Amino acid sequence: MRNSLIIFNILFISALGLPAHAALNIFACEPEWAALAQELAGDKASIYAATNALQDPHHVEARPSLIAKARRAQLLVCTGAELETGWLPVILREAANPDIAEGKRGNFEAALYVTMLEVPARLDRGEGDVHAAGNPHIHLDARNFLPVADALSARISELDPANAAFYAQRLHDFRQKWQAALLRWSALATPLKGQPVVVQHRSYPYLHAWLGLQQVAELEPKPGMEPSAAYLSGLVAQLKARPARMVIRSAYQYARPSQWIAQRTGLHTVELPFSVGGNAQAGDLYSLFDDTITRLLAGLK
Amino acid sequence: MFKNSAFLVAPLFIALAAPLYAHAASDTEMRELREQIQQLEKRVLKTESAATDSSVAKTSRAASGDNAFNPAISLILSGTYGSYSQNHEDAKITGFALSPNDHGYSRSFNLGESELGISANIDPQFRGVATFALEAGGGLGVENAYVQTSALGNGFNLKMGRFFSGLGYLNEQHAHAWDFVDQPLVYRTFWDKQLGEDGLQLKWLAPTDTYVELGAEIGRGRGHPGTDRKDNNGAGATALYAHLGDDLGVSHSWRAGVSLHQTRRVNAEADAFDAKNKFSGDSRTAGLDFVWKYAPNGNSTVTNFKLQGEYFQRKESGLLTYDTAGVNTTDGYSVTQSGWYLQSVYQFMPRWRAGLRYDQLDSGSAEVGAAIAANVPASYNFIPTRTTLMLDYSPSEFSRLRLQLAQDKSREGLADNMLFMQYVMSLGAHGGHRF
Repeated sequence: MRNSLIIFNILFISALGLPAHAALNIFACEPEWAALAQELAGDKASIYAATNALQDPHHVEARPSLIAKARRAQLLVCTGAELETGWLPVILREAANPDIAEGKRGNFEAALYVTMLEVPARLDRGEGDVHAAGNPHIHLDARNFLPVADALSARISELDPANAAFYAQRLHDFRQKWQAALLRWSALATPLKGQPVVVQHRSYPYLHAWLGLQQVAELEPKPGMEPSAAYLSGLVAQLKARPARMVIRSAYQYARPSQWIAQRTGLHTVELPFSVGGNAQAGDLYSLFDDTITRLLAGLK
Repeated sequence: MFKNSAFLVAPLFIALAAPLYAHAASDTEMRELREQIQQLEKRVLKTESAATDSSVAKTSRAASGDNAFNPAISLILSGTYGSYSQNHEDAKITGFALSPNDHGYSRSFNLGESELGISANIDPQFRGVATFALEAGGGLGVENAYVQTSALGNGFNLKMGRFFSGLGYLNEQHAHAWDFVDQPLVYRTFWDKQLGEDGLQLKWLAPTDTYVELGAEIGRGRGHPGTDRKDNNGAGATALYAHLGDDLGVSHSWRAGVSLHQTRRVNAEADAFDAKNKFSGDSRTAGLDFVWKYAPNGNSTVTNFKLQGEYFQRKESGLLTYDTAGVNTTDGYSVTQSGWYLQSVYQFMPRWRAGLRYDQLDSGSAEVGAAIAANVPASYNFIPTRTTLMLDYSPSEFSRLRLQLAQDKSREGLADNMLFMQYVMSLGAHGGHRF
């Protein structure tokens, strides 16, 4: 409890932009990478989370404050795989900070270090908002944090070699704790295996790959398209014939479509925190997955 | 750390696991569970060993072939339908000399601001951008064609070529990003919709937590009010501006700015009055702009609200030649004119936005030399205004359909009710928009 409070405070203080007597200025595109960077760099870094879990990481305004923060960042930690393509390029261009330009050591893309799912065979906007590199929501498979942590820790050490030993120790500690947590989560999530679920947006292939949920329908006819009433009615018929257990959406998503379908099919709606800070319980990376699994299990009842 | 977190999670685990398993914890089930846990342990160990060299990027994305280095291409397709109660063939705004390129609004179906954009990094130092506008009357106009530095560092950004000036707020936005079909009246009269320049732009971003951007431009004076001086080695126009911005909490963000622009006009067409006239003299413009955006928790996808406004004031002083084709008399002329708009756009549910805009201009009262005073009015007893309502629907982030209604009172005695329908679609690589 104390730990997550401390982490929350550090995140909060760095988000306010107060000096946290830190060596390395890290600009994290999403809160999960801010939290991971915090685990790996401790108080040796000042970390700014550009978005929070209640924001859709596809659609973020290229706000002046983000440009100002990127101007001074030494390391950018983002998902990549085109997730931030709608806002990050503008910020990088305006920030005029060549250290974090694409391809530089100060530009870290987590998606490069994991196996991508749903890599489209056909690139066509007629298929909706698809990403050429695959589905970018890689952080919902908690196992992906291990390779990303390895790579991120190596990158942090490279940029701040004076504290390399400290970072190596933090990485070692993180790996041990994370592996223990993975075992615990897998055991906890056993009842979820094979359970049919409906999702609002195609955000969860990594979660399914990890926990074994079986996705039977999506509320968006194509990724990024708001469902029409006719499409939802068709889904209701399908779900009456072949019922699912719950309908899942992320905290930042519009609640109406999943509530609508839940009312008509009697499915539970499960609102997942999606990332650190997505609800009051998901205060750090560990509680993010604790809470995610808790909520999914509650959805089975 | 480890102990603490285990301490935190253990009760959670017990609390969750207990009710699930306690009711039927038969021996076989327990054995199955144990086996499952053992298998999971094996899997984790495997992951760990696989991860030892995982700091090497797993990328195996194919990127070869002749077109691998082709630039990003984006195409905006846009069209409008307009129905107006007044004719716009010879459009004038009472008391203002519009750019000679301003031909007002065309009725019925029109190809709107369709544009083709091409951009790519040239090398590690430069990025190139070109935007071609498909003009409604046919032909292709070069809207932007510039190179931009990408490695100057220290917050410096240098642009060379043809670009939209960074002054004000709306000036740099391309037509497809406008919240209304048309530009505010003050942009139409002062900047011929949008000030484009051939020249240099240097911007500097301060290393502060608050966004502070300073910009300076010199150019030929290509765009109105500049008179595109090709006879002069010096700069035909200069612009200076500063932009400030920040967040207020997680839901609010803002940007505000001041701008200065000056140019020397030579033989500018000044047809605010009935005959063909020429004006030569100095033109100085000062502007204020602000935009404030609100989205609950910063999540603009469900609902969001935007309020923006700009004010420009222009002082022109020099010599006016009245009726170049006839009496052709010249004398001093100076006037200070101003204009502003305020607009808000509210996304009330995903995909749907409504907007309201109010425009007002002040044509000022001129000091007119005695030789032309009989023919050139010093002031107009008329304040041009316009009120505009907008509703748009975006089936996806790449398409938008818009309905706009306006009551235009910018021409004395010609109150106009205007209806527009518009589509704006974006194909291909489409980067993000500025704030």
